Amino acid sequence: MTISYQLKRADFIFKNENDWEEVLSKNLSRTPSELINELISSELKGRGGAGFPTGLKWKLTAEVEDSIKYVICNADEGEPGTFKDREILSMVPFKVLTSMAICGYVIGAKEGYIYLRGEYFFLRPELNKAISEFEYYCKEINFDFSIRIFMGSGAYICGEETALFESMEGKRGEPRNKPPFPSNSGYMAKPTVINNVETLAHTYTIFKYGAKRFYDLGVQYSRGSKLFSVSGDTPKPGIYELELGMSLADFVDEFGDGDTKAVQVGGASGFLVPRKRFNETAIGFQGKLTGISLPTGGSMMLFNSSRSMFNVLDNYLEFFREESCGQCTPCRVGCQQLLKGIKAVKRGEKNAKYLDKLLRLTETMQVTAKCGLGQSVANSFSSIVENFREEMIY
Amino acid sequence: MAKKIKISINGIFVEVEPGTTILDAARNAGVIIPTLCYHKDLCIAGNCRVCMVEVLGQKRLSAACATPCEEEMEILTNSLKVRNSRKHIIELLLSEHNSDCTRCYKNGNCELQELASEYKIMTQDFIRLVPFKNYTIDKFSPSIIKDDSKCVRCQRCVRTCAELQGINALTVAHKGDQMKITTFFEKQINDVVCSTCGQCINHCPTGALVEKNYIEEVWDAISDKSRHVVVQTAPAVRIGLGEELGFKPGTRVTGKMVAALKRLGFDAVMDTDFTADLTIMEEGTELLQRLKGVLVDHNPEIKLPMATSCSPGWIKYVEHLFPDYLSHLSSCKSPQQMFGALAKTYYAKARNLDPEKIVSVSVMPCTAKKFEASRPEMHDSGFRDVDYVLTTRELAIMIKQAGIDFMKLEDAHFDRLMGESTGAAVIFGATGGVMEAALRTVYELVTGREVPFENLDITPVRGMEGVREATVKIENPLKEWAFLDGIELKCAVAHGLVNAKKVMEAVRSGKSEYHFIEIMACPGGCLGGGGQPIPTSPEIRRKRAEAIYAEDAGMPIRKSHQNPEIIKIYHDFLDQPMSEKSHHLLHTQYTPRERF
Amino acid sequence: MYPVSDLIRNLADQHGRNRHNLLPILQGVVEQEKYLSEYSMIEIARELDLPASEVYGTATFYSFLEHKKMGKYIIRVCKTITCSMKGKNQVLLAIQEMLKLDVGETTPDGTFSLLQTNCLGFCHKAPAMLVNNEVFTDLTPEKVRDILSAYLKKQKEGVSHDN
Repeated sequence: MTISYQLKRADFIFKNENDWEEVLSKNLSRTPSELINELISSELKGRGGAGFPTGLKWKLTAEVEDSIKYVICNADEGEPGTFKDREILSMVPFKVLTSMAICGYVIGAKEGYIYLRGEYFFLRPELNKAISEFEYYCKEINFDFSIRIFMGSGAYICGEETALFESMEGKRGEPRNKPPFPSNSGYMAKPTVINNVETLAHTYTIFKYGAKRFYDLGVQYSRGSKLFSVSGDTPKPGIYELELGMSLADFVDEFGDGDTKAVQVGGASGFLVPRKRFNETAIGFQGKLTGISLPTGGSMMLFNSSRSMFNVLDNYLEFFREESCGQCTPCRVGCQQLLKGIKAVKRGEKNAKYLDKLLRLTETMQVTAKCGLGQSVANSFSSIVENFREEMIY
Repeated sequence: MAKKIKISINGIFVEVEPGTTILDAARNAGVIIPTLCYHKDLCIAGNCRVCMVEVLGQKRLSAACATPCEEEMEILTNSLKVRNSRKHIIELLLSEHNSDCTRCYKNGNCELQELASEYKIMTQDFIRLVPFKNYTIDKFSPSIIKDDSKCVRCQRCVRTCAELQGINALTVAHKGDQMKITTFFEKQINDVVCSTCGQCINHCPTGALVEKNYIEEVWDAISDKSRHVVVQTAPAVRIGLGEELGFKPGTRVTGKMVAALKRLGFDAVMDTDFTADLTIMEEGTELLQRLKGVLVDHNPEIKLPMATSCSPGWIKYVEHLFPDYLSHLSSCKSPQQMFGALAKTYYAKARNLDPEKIVSVSVMPCTAKKFEASRPEMHDSGFRDVDYVLTTRELAIMIKQAGIDFMKLEDAHFDRLMGESTGAAVIFGATGGVMEAALRTVYELVTGREVPFENLDITPVRGMEGVREATVKIENPLKEWAFLDGIELKCAVAHGLVNAKKVMEAVRSGKSEYHFIEIMACPGGCLGGGGQPIPTSPEIRRKRAEAIYAEDAGMPIRKSHQNPEIIKIYHDFLDQPMSEKSHHLLHTQYTPRERF
Repeated sequence: MYPVSDLIRNLADQHGRNRHNLLPILQGVVEQEKYLSEYSMIEIARELDLPASEVYGTATFYSFLEHKKMGKYIIRVCKTITCSMKGKNQVLLAIQEMLKLDVGETTPDGTFSLLQTNCLGFCHKAPAMLVNNEVFTDLTPEKVRDILSAYLKKQKEGVSHDN
């Protein structure tokens, strides 16, 4: 099946019209339920990778009775191949701050936090300046909302929302058992909305232009535009805003170097798509429209024929082995076994059939790991091993 | 009451209260789900992933211990998917674990071994990770051995140390494949805030944390004909030992235990309960002296409340975390150390033995007693007062090694001189027991009347509540205690060091009005000690407590000061409580320590 | 230089003494001292009334909270996939040769420490590295030598100023 869908560029996120004050005060005069409905009808889904409907998230949190609630912007952008959030925070920080404030208004929160990864420490001074200016305006319009930056310190897993709360609470960033979910019990066990930076930037677009403008972009089940972080073997690495629903073939036409062997969609925790599947693969959330539809946090890494897929997988597994929090058995031990396992096969210490044992192990990791990290290791492992089995062995 | 939730487990329909976890629901329905990181004493961690179950309609499996039941859930605990995953998880744990089971101290009492056996893990498909790890064994503590190669990272020990004991000597450090259970800066256990209570051992599912055992040393001593080996047994041992040897929790095996010790070849089998009674005499007198010092003499040097000092884990805890409050601790040694000091003096003299030839062994429900016996100040007899401390578990091992059919043993009696005891001494084994025993004696010393509770049972200080309080009003005292007339003696009892912390913080804040506090380091008191049989749980500890109070109720004498051997030792040897000789042999002082 | 215990007290005054203030305080000490010594962690534990083991357990979870003595400039070279593909190894080798140290080591004079790190988020400008909090991208062996020379120069000037 071939998808006939052209690559469509969009330009919302980085278009800076300097109208955040207007957008903020205009939307604060609407009712929270109006705003929630606007967001729900836009069909915006979380842009961090998991794709949970943003409007629903706000609605669930708004419905919980509590005098203290929090809005958290997840800027712990650690997925290999992703660098869009940094760009948003440095180019259009006010969009993010405005959306946080509107969210605070909708759910009844007076405090917001930006969890900024330690690697982006250099962003902090400018961002703090923006926050001061923003808070000053909030005071002027008598809107009680404050935003603080919380710095991470080098731990990929803290991008997982409950690990992020633990980290903010001064603990090891170990994911929690779910339920309870953040809408009921998040930071400091209070109802919390936690959104990715880009998600918040899109809500700005929605609150500014209305849901329809956003909804009209993209395809069914995958509405709107999305930022893509393009890297690897490409003549034009960088950040691009594209409508969702494009086929990978079109994407590679635009960004490939003519020799693209495979694309890793969604970073180390995502899927590797080999050339033979470019046509049937669409980028968006799971839907009926397309053959294979891959959700993504926006990381697109291209590999040309000079690259060894064994080295790629080896690099990912090394990453997971170090960045797993280590608390749950399938993820902690599983990652070690996968890494040692592919090396043993490559060296001939284990025969090729051992790869099948490892594939079954990733299935177990997918259904038993405590959080998304351990669950998603299977994605890259199985897609690489299944498509490039010979490269794993010889 | 909230509406019940209807679920099905393996096709069995059950109704549960909202909030019930899948694990509890299954257990109530007679379905066993294996667990590893789960422990009834501790919070839910959900990290081992052994208890995974399938909820129909969900792609991923759920951790039964951490997932609350929801309406209409259809749960499968033994589907193909569950079985395959569970087997994988166990295989993974084994690949990271030093599975040299035949050479492991916990061989035969290991939850990982049981799981491996249940799931018949016969092959080693995954790569053994042990050789790539830098596993260390810490054997420098006199109480605890920590072997990282046996650790499954369930964090039960870490949660025990934090939640039950409030100490946090153990922590989780690093992440990923480097994640490990360790101490501050990975120091030896002996060099950190550890109380040596051994609760981590009681809660460890594998051989990663075990007591340092002295079984061979004791066998050697017994075999050496030139040595005279005396043994003492703590109150809680007689109600725990049976569990290791085929009896149900809560079975009293005092007579069989004595018979077994005699068969093992000890030259004299005597009772720590005797020195428990002695402790009451000394500590009760000390309390009265302190009350006089504060209420009559207004001496600022003398501190109230006075805290009991029988529990060496508690003592070490105070030394680390409340070093400014050492003067609140009674100067009395623990019954074990009083016994030790007397064994090589009073007993040696009475039996005409060379104290140098005496080997003094104790059997304790406790690992902190091992540390206590090794303290440099515990040499008041001129020798090391207690040479070897065995736990209840080690004694059980020796009984098995000796081929003794414990069930068939006829009851035997303790040897004389330091073998007689009272009901007051027996209850030392339960939280609140020292308080109750002390009150029985102190009240009578002061008023000449029995403590005003039915059958001498001071029920307010009994039970398993973390902190309990009681007030005893003193009326019409004897003439020499006139200053106590009308005084309400305020007492508090706490067990588990996390509860001790609450009491000590109240003392530190100046808000407490207590005169006397009893603290036992372990949950339930010594009956739940770190040297007691594994497993432990609130139910097991409750049964052991019932056994202790039953033993007390059945004793002919139930007040320490009426123990004829106590009367005799003061007459023949010690003169009177708090005498110079008592001070030398039965009292001690404490050392401030670091808090990390 | 003022003693680290003053720094810790100031940080605690500034951020608060609750558990949820722990990370900013650890970060504050690392910003100043480059690492968390045993002494620093004990002082932090005392200041926040936390078990020292918890401070250690928390700190060791985070890659940027070093607990071994580090140099004045900590070089963190990204080793994740795109940087690896785009010549990270050559860059690393150039640094190692120039400063004569291996990954995980600190120069004897305490100026540089060399580490590798996971994705810095500059995959489109790979290879990338951090020197303390400063980012350098599109690295080549030549470029990295220039960057380090500049730091060395700065260090020498700094030292002569101090004298």
